[in-house]
Amino acid sequence: MGGKILLASIDIPGIREFGVYRASGGYAAVEQALRGMTPAQVGNEVTKSGLRGRGGAGFPTGLKWSFLDRKSDKPRYLVCNADESEPGTFKDRYLMHHLPHLLIEGLIISSYALGVKTCYIYIRGEFKYLVGILETAIREANKNGFLGERILGTDFSLNIYVHPGAGAYICGEETALLESLEGKRGNPRIKPPFPAFKGLYGCPTVVNNVETLATVAPIIRMGGEAYAKIGRGKSTGTKLISACGNINNPGVYEIEMGLPVEDFIYAPEYCGGIANDKYLKAVIPGGSSVPILPADLMLNTARGEKRLMTYESLADGEFATGTMLGSGGFIVFDEDACIVRNTWNLAHFYRHESCGQCSPCREGTGWMERVLYRIEHGAGKMSDIDLLVRVAKNIEGNTICPLGDAAAWPVASAIRHFRREFEYHVKHPEVVKNTSHGALNYEVESMIPDSGTGVNYW
Amino acid sequence: MRGLTTKKMKVTIDNIPVEVEDGTTILQAARKIGGKVVPPAMCYYSKLKGSGGKCRTCLVKVSQGSAKDPRPMPKLVASCSTPVQDGMVVQNLTSPEVVEARKGIVEFLLLNHPLDCPVCDQAGECDLQDLSFGYGMEETATEDDRREFPMTDIGENIKLHMNRCILCYRCVYAADQLTDKRLHGVLYRGDVSEIGTFIRNAVTNEFSGNMIDVCPVGALTDKTFRFKSRVWFLKPMNAHRECARCAGKTVAWMFGNEIYRVTGRKDQFGEVEEFICNECRFEKKDAGDWVIEGPRHISRQSVISANHYEEMTEPSVIDPIAGKMEKDE
Repeated sequence: MGGKILLASIDIPGIREFGVYRASGGYAAVEQALRGMTPAQVGNEVTKSGLRGRGGAGFPTGLKWSFLDRKSDKPRYLVCNADESEPGTFKDRYLMHHLPHLLIEGLIISSYALGVKTCYIYIRGEFKYLVGILETAIREANKNGFLGERILGTDFSLNIYVHPGAGAYICGEETALLESLEGKRGNPRIKPPFPAFKGLYGCPTVVNNVETLATVAPIIRMGGEAYAKIGRGKSTGTKLISACGNINNPGVYEIEMGLPVEDFIYAPEYCGGIANDKYLKAVIPGGSSVPILPADLMLNTARGEKRLMTYESLADGEFATGTMLGSGGFIVFDEDACIVRNTWNLAHFYRHESCGQCSPCREGTGWMERVLYRIEHGAGKMSDIDLLVRVAKNIEGNTICPLGDAAAWPVASAIRHFRREFEYHVKHPEVVKNTSHGALNYEVESMIPDSGTGVNYW
Repeated sequence: MRGLTTKKMKVTIDNIPVEVEDGTTILQAARKIGGKVVPPAMCYYSKLKGSGGKCRTCLVKVSQGSAKDPRPMPKLVASCSTPVQDGMVVQNLTSPEVVEARKGIVEFLLLNHPLDCPVCDQAGECDLQDLSFGYGMEETATEDDRREFPMTDIGENIKLHMNRCILCYRCVYAADQLTDKRLHGVLYRGDVSEIGTFIRNAVTNEFSGNMIDVCPVGALTDKTFRFKSRVWFLKPMNAHRECARCAGKTVAWMFGNEIYRVTGRKDQFGEVEEFICNECRFEKKDAGDWVIEGPRHISRQSVISANHYEEMTEPSVIDPIAGKMEKDE
């Protein structure tokens, strides 16, 4: 269903090169915006499109842009958040790897709309091989007059720089990202002031996700209103979903918002059902930070409606029976998956990635991890389960940045929906001690480096 | 006059109205009222720019954002870093949610704290002790081993006891803003982050001793005073001397005619009024070096004033909960 918007040209051979991308209609949106529209008009189109932040929070992009302090005489910055480190999310990597020019195009148009002269792509350190791809794309765009001074003969000038991070998940949080970009320790800042007023080097700054900025190009090409017609309700357009876990066809899919979750999991053009003819047990639909849902609540809401892939439908029922679309990291668990072990794994991740600045997150993530480790390895007590709920509640909402929430939600939701499994672990320590988990019974594909880049990044 | 033109903000904290200037934080407004409504602050230090927001003990509930936009704020906010708005209504102790959250924070702060108060030099003047007395639980809910760091030496004057640290970053800001070159900072991240020098170095800056005064716990203590005496056996006396580097206004902690240690003068919120130099703090331990002005005012609640409590002239503590009850009826 639905035509592809972002990944429309992904199958064209050599699309990573400027010439091929240009021939397939690339950079037309830049010409259209710079020659025929004022910055305000571009911003208007984005507002009309109803585009929402694809990084996880789903905040309307047009509104975020409108907060930018335009009265300040300081320079403004646009920062592209390519620090995609959420477990289960790998859509931005795919997009930048295959369509670097789409991102550059989106960046040029967005910078034009925001009056930005310098734009940074803050890319995750582990994506080192992408730095070369992006820099090649930037160089090509520069050579062809789409970047640099007086783009297309207009007064608009723009430079894009790629800055690799140093391997911290927390630097995906926008203010920590700005600190890191400034060369400091990546601690999130205390808000207010918000980046729209005091961001990079104390100047007004907009930080947007890769997918959000890339989407700006097709929005200008097709018009905001036309884009808003795609999708459903306030969740307009298409979204990249990176599907992984126990499914037949893991990968990145572009779906139109409003696709039923059931179709996404079982349709052969998407996930293609659960691998090895197993049953669906649970899904984390938006990257590891969002609450996990059991199969029945995932396919249908508590009110009995079909669950759809939209911001609203996934959040239906609040946290009691709902979850979030988040960044679109769709993690599927089959009947064999151990929820306790997975929750422990995630808690371990958040403990490792907490910056240690504020006390609830620093101490709480470690505490949850230790208790979950105990339960998983057959040394837990019944009271530990309630303890986890209490610790998660004490972290939630009391931290500087959303990492505390992101650490607390998976634990709280796993206990909410799979409490009996936790109790089983406590009651049968011998069984859980001797159970082996992991990919033992599944064939693991050998990872082959992509020949197109010539870089062996694995 | 600037004072006349600045717009005053009307704020209500725990049903007590107060007028403050634009740009004041909720915590500062509460300090203007004083008494019980002041949220505890473990990391915020009004004299250190950029401090605050980290420990989360000063979380309060904003039940009305401002007169213009009366919506409540969705989450509890750190009062030390949230500026007031005109018509803001803040709940501190009158909100059970705040008290509950604060108890949770104190539990987190104590989770890996060694609770070695009996051998800690800070005991008796420790912010964390006061905080646990107010909000802590009687028993710990954890059965794990507490986090331990290997002992590191950071120079001849300052003793770093990392196990006790609550990572408030105060000493980092102090070193940044008082000394010409900061030699220590926070290393690593998450629950293994620690205060340290890189590479192993001694913290020897002229004003580095102030790190001891700003430390809310016993993580940084005075090596020249280590294990000499408990603070409540000593008499704090205001003292001064001619000093080329600092104002020379200090507190000499005396036993008889002997000076056991020298610290900065702290105000009622436990903040140093004037930072002092290392020479005054560590080297001038002879009574002849100082002009002793007289005994210092000690809060009657403090353990340091044991057995010689002052007469209370007027009630300085307003009970916000009682205030609320009257209003409800």
